Amino acid sequence: MMGKRFSVVNILINLRIFIALIVVFTVFSIFVPNFRTPATLVILVKHVAINALLTIGMTYVILTGGIDLSVGAVVGLTGMIAGGLIYEGVKIEAFGYILYFNVWAVMAVSVVLGALIGYVNGFLITRFSIAPFIVTLGMMYIARGAALLRSGGSTFPNLTGSPERHNTGFPLLGAGTFLGIPYSIWIMIAISAFLIYTARKTPFGRHVYAVGGNETAARLSGVNVVRVKRMVYVISGIMSAIVGLIVSSQLVAAHPATGEAFEMDAIAASVLGGTSLAGGRGSIGGAIIGAFVIGIMNDGMVMMGVSSFWQRVIKGVVIIAAVIVDQFQSEVQRRAALAA
Amino acid sequence: MEPILTARGIKKIYPGSLALDNVDFDVYAGRVNVLIGENGAGKSTLMKIIAGAETATEGEIAISGNAVRYSSTHEAELHGIGIIFQELNIFPNMTVAENIFIAHERMSNAFAIDHRGQNARASEILGRLQQNIDPGTIAGSLRIGQQQIVEIARALSHDTKILIMDEPTSALSEQEVAVLFRVIGELKANGVAIIYISHRLEEIMKIGDRVTVLRDGRLVAESDVSDVDLPWIIRQMTGSDDFAVDAPDAHSDEILLEVEHLSLPGWSGAYKVEDVSFKLYKGEILGIYGLMGAGRTELLECLIGACPEMKGRISLAGVDAVGASIEERIRDGFSLIPEDRKNQGLVVSLPLLDNMTLSSLRKYVRLFSIASAMERRDVERAVNELGIKTPSVLAPVSSLSGGNQQKAVIGKNLLTKPRVLLMDEPTRGIDVAAKRDVFNIITKLAQEGLGIILVSSELKEILTIPSRVLVLSKGKLTGEFKRGEMTREKLVRASAANIAANVKTGVAV
Repeated sequence: MMGKRFSVVNILINLRIFIALIVVFTVFSIFVPNFRTPATLVILVKHVAINALLTIGMTYVILTGGIDLSVGAVVGLTGMIAGGLIYEGVKIEAFGYILYFNVWAVMAVSVVLGALIGYVNGFLITRFSIAPFIVTLGMMYIARGAALLRSGGSTFPNLTGSPERHNTGFPLLGAGTFLGIPYSIWIMIAISAFLIYTARKTPFGRHVYAVGGNETAARLSGVNVVRVKRMVYVISGIMSAIVGLIVSSQLVAAHPATGEAFEMDAIAASVLGGTSLAGGRGSIGGAIIGAFVIGIMNDGMVMMGVSSFWQRVIKGVVIIAAVIVDQFQSEVQRRAALAA
Repeated sequence: MEPILTARGIKKIYPGSLALDNVDFDVYAGRVNVLIGENGAGKSTLMKIIAGAETATEGEIAISGNAVRYSSTHEAELHGIGIIFQELNIFPNMTVAENIFIAHERMSNAFAIDHRGQNARASEILGRLQQNIDPGTIAGSLRIGQQQIVEIARALSHDTKILIMDEPTSALSEQEVAVLFRVIGELKANGVAIIYISHRLEEIMKIGDRVTVLRDGRLVAESDVSDVDLPWIIRQMTGSDDFAVDAPDAHSDEILLEVEHLSLPGWSGAYKVEDVSFKLYKGEILGIYGLMGAGRTELLECLIGACPEMKGRISLAGVDAVGASIEERIRDGFSLIPEDRKNQGLVVSLPLLDNMTLSSLRKYVRLFSIASAMERRDVERAVNELGIKTPSVLAPVSSLSGGNQQKAVIGKNLLTKPRVLLMDEPTRGIDVAAKRDVFNIITKLAQEGLGIILVSSELKEILTIPSRVLVLSKGKLTGEFKRGEMTREKLVRASAANIAANVKTGVAV
């Protein structure tokens, strides 16, 4: 009898993030007219996609016991680099000639830059044993500074390109649709599927959990801890670059302040989705649902006309409540383990 | 003689399990009251209840005949009960005196700690324990044995009448144990009641006055130690007294592992391992004995590839291994069962399955992903072969008992198909039955042709299991004995060789 009630509680707690999702969705469906229309939902998911992509990268990092504060700044920098390449190209002084890349090359440059910044984060953390918090905090300032330096603080406007420069099509990334669904949502779905699979089914994914759970044991078991750690920051950097491209494409402009505080929403979504900041516990799927919960709350509160000041307070309360439930869950699991 | 503490009808129910069933326990002042039982017998639960860390579901505790109730370690302290946990609670960043008075700071006024007064009182207590430790020393710089003395001093600082010690010798060298036993003797003489929990049975025979045996949460026997012998205790604990292990003597002449002039530099210019050379043959169990800090663990870490700064040559079946990463060495046939199961052997947050295949995942990769069915089948087979008791291979490894966790670490290593098994204190903190299982596994593996290096600080193990023993002292090889020619005295003398003369050696042989 007792055991049965116990397991029901356990199941409810294990499904807490789904329950949270259903609750916020139901609440806003009731209070916001037209909330459940397809058009509203597509816009909502489009907003969520941005945070979800960053959350996936962030969750990989947190699962190893790290943190990546440079995410938002890298979004800004990679957007600026892409914007600059399209808007003003690369001046080659010797020939008095301006080189323009096509859009695919521009996007490739940004993604490679994001990966590179991530690698530098991981390199500094593993090579000099510096706390991830410090390294990525430093990188946050560096990347943001570089984004501002790129244009002297101004925006690269009108990123439509021109046919004679062979660099048109960039706005399509943000505005285009397939089967009525924006590309950014398809990108989120594809990347989520791939990285959920990677986390659950590949040796690399297993190693991520092992490193976060017990680095020493992982190392002595033959896990290449350094490579795993560098890799998760590279993933986070790539996600940031993809978001940088999507955002600047949606705005058809690149602004150096883009992405400010994005890392905070990503951390919040990850924690809301059940990821332990100590590493080793959590799931990519849960974190993505966490991003949805935050996204629904953001958009829902805007539609309800909740003041933006209150929105922040409410978001903060929800995050803290989520962590309290998390603590409760580990206590229940500990007692269950004792009982076994 | 009247007991100072009596526990009557103690019952502790956890959701779904009965940890203690109607246990009576008497504690006598001025005596060492030994509590013994296999893992899961309920020793720790009973101790936690007496120390106030847990509350009994039913039952009563009386001190000097008066019924008492308390529900925290702090309240228990007020009744004169102190506990020293197996994992020491030392603040390595604070001084000895600060550690002793933590949470009971002596104040010179309303805001400031009276450091001078604390130091003076600390000196007095340490003096009473005949320990020459400066109260101003940073606790983290002390040896484990001395840190434990600091814990004892902390308990004494608030007038402890009953002192609980949970596996106090598990991390101590033979010399440090001798010091601890002398301290215990003095506490006894001062009328302190000691409650002593240990897995080391010889130790109990040596130091215990009264022994209480628990099995499956029930009291099965109690007696004066002088009236019983070792086989009696084992019989009470397990229901059988079979402890003999059929260890093989013969091994092949084929050299499996050759180590030449291996040295590992330490920080201060001294070597942690200095110019060690030896050979390991196929099918041989080679023991390594030494005191804490003799370089045994470091030697094994060099072999598995965790110390890139080492010098010397290591070759496995003629192939040079130096320069290879841990990953590559495991692939080549090295495997390590580390000393500290929880911190080095297992990823406690992961299920048993994930832990067991952590070193051998490569084997299960098809295309990009892990072939789960194959992985699970292999793990289930290993779980059966090793006799790991678990409801499921997907159960969290943290829910397993110590002995089963250790078998899981062994299983993880065996799944890599090793040729050399490096075992660092594989029986530390596990019960007699699990120990016997571990030794049977070792023996079987040696017969299958594995080379095994067994590091142990338990003389009884070192004397019975390996066919040859190397003794290390301060990083140097100070003795090599074949089974049959070794005695306790020879081993202990070799392990104390090479140690500077200013260290007081109170070795009890």
